[in-house]
Amino acid sequence: MSAVAGANPRNFELLPKGDANGGELLEISMGPHHPSTHGVFRMDVVLDGEKVVKLKPVFGYLHRNHEKIAEGTSYLASMPYTDRLDYFCSMTNNWAYALSVEKLAGLTVPERAEYIRVIMAELTRVLNHICLIGFFVQDMGALGTPLMYAFRERERILDLFEELTGARMMCNYLRFGGVRCDVSESWLKRAGEEVVKLESFMDEFEQLVAQNEIVMARTQGIGVLPRELAINASITGPMLRASGVNYDVRKVDKYGIYDRFEFKIPLGEHGDLYDRYMIRVLEMRESVKILKQALRDIPDGPIMDSKAKLRGFRPKPGEAYGRIESPKGELGFYLISDGSPNPYRYRVRPPSFINLTILEDMCLGQRVADAVIILGSVDIVLGEVDR
Amino acid sequence: MLGEAIIKGMAVTAKNFFGSYVSKERLPTVQYPEERLVPKENARQFPFLVYDGDDWEKGLRCVSCQICEKECPPKCIYIIKSKDKKPDYKGQAQFYPARFDIDISVCMSCGICAEVCPFESIKMDTEFELSTGDRFGGLLLPKEKLAKSNEHYRKVHPTDAAASDAVLAAEIAKAEAKAKAAAEAKVKADAEKKPA
Ligand code: SF4
Ligand code: SF4
Repeated sequence: MSAVAGANPRNFELLPKGDANGGELLEISMGPHHPSTHGVFRMDVVLDGEKVVKLKPVFGYLHRNHEKIAEGTSYLASMPYTDRLDYFCSMTNNWAYALSVEKLAGLTVPERAEYIRVIMAELTRVLNHICLIGFFVQDMGALGTPLMYAFRERERILDLFEELTGARMMCNYLRFGGVRCDVSESWLKRAGEEVVKLESFMDEFEQLVAQNEIVMARTQGIGVLPRELAINASITGPMLRASGVNYDVRKVDKYGIYDRFEFKIPLGEHGDLYDRYMIRVLEMRESVKILKQALRDIPDGPIMDSKAKLRGFRPKPGEAYGRIESPKGELGFYLISDGSPNPYRYRVRPPSFINLTILEDMCLGQRVADAVIILGSVDIVLGEVDR
Repeated sequence: MLGEAIIKGMAVTAKNFFGSYVSKERLPTVQYPEERLVPKENARQFPFLVYDGDDWEKGLRCVSCQICEKECPPKCIYIIKSKDKKPDYKGQAQFYPARFDIDISVCMSCGICAEVCPFESIKMDTEFELSTGDRFGGLLLPKEKLAKSNEHYRKVHPTDAAASDAVLAAEIAKAEAKAKAAAEAKVKADAEKKPA
């Protein structure tokens, strides 16, 4: 059914008829300034009533030319830029970048620094998942309260970061071949106390959310991502594991010293929103386990490889790909060096960008309100999607 | 029972709400600017240039080597090297920056400049209330505004300042030892020269 002439003075394109009820399809643009899109992100959705029949993710609003800038500056000067990719998890970004440069330049990381890195990465994972769940519940309509509790806990972790590195979010802490400054005994003690507090917070938060009837009704069986599709679309991280694929770079690659810790990889089976939520809850618990082991075992010693150079750093020509399991999935940095102070090629494999490509398949046939939660469950940060 | 979990959730909310009257843990909000948190020692905001002694122009440690300018990620440091030289803290003749500007509206507070400087001359400050109404150049700080005394550094980052002082003291001691050795060698050489 085409539009009646004259009824559409501005020539809005009315799409052809949808279902048998005689309605018309409506194309709306959600975002880029929509509070539920987690940043400047746009979804062009075509709706039939409340049902999504087509969805096109549009991104690029936050493009900052990260990769090209990195090719024009020294290796060290890119480190603070990586903080700003996924600005919730600066520590893990630093680690992925440091890992690939270390591979490139053949640096080894001293024991103590490896432990510090694990502590930082797991704290980051906890704070990312806490916030994600807060946002997730907020998308479902629990405005404010759970999110504020989540942010309260996050603040405590950020306080730890600030005390050590001088900045809450843009830590710029890791260096090629180690970490920038040493942790003190008192810091470790405080971190241990915070970890215990985190555990009790998780219990409380679970009471608030996990068994809630509304949460279950809104999430179970919605936004299903089948296992095969997840693998084919190279989804990684909690999204993939919620669909039941046992793949975690921490176990597969055993980068750093992850082979020394005892922890499990939680797996979902339905691949729906509820599983994705539960995976994150369980992952936080595993992170707490790792944190406890790391804080117990951390040895004394140097924190920097003696071969590492701060000024005039020029790795040999070659290429390297370093990847880690960031809270959002597999984060990798691919570098080519031509022996000059700048990388010849610098490429980021951003997990949330690749996880986002599957958005339409998960949203088709769902309601608009569910599309919002499905997007929330992907866990995107636009700084990383657009770079 | 339907609604059981909702009631449980409400109980958690109530616990947090009433708890916020008695426990600081549950009420972390700080009413800035009336209330303030204790600043963290390691906090970093924007860089400043350290000088020794009372006269900032004479005591500026920076020797204009331009390493920080090269390494600064957003390239917000601008340096012009002097033509002449002046004595530094070791008494050695060194260049100094004829011009040293930092545009702190571009600066991303990363601290790389302080890290790479080999002369302990640029450090991170903790001041953050710097807003200005002047859009054009209000945040472009020339070296007059960037120069702050070593006492200031000791105040804002006591631990780091102590370490930096130790490094400089070692350098001075080394320079003095070298000068002394050179002087002795000269005396010796002179003594050897005379009889011949
Ligand atoms: S703190 Fe970073 S951005 Fe700011 S002047 Fe120093 S190196 Fe440049
Ligand atoms: S501040 Fe330090 S690194 Fe920068 S020009 Fe001066 S001496 Fe060199």
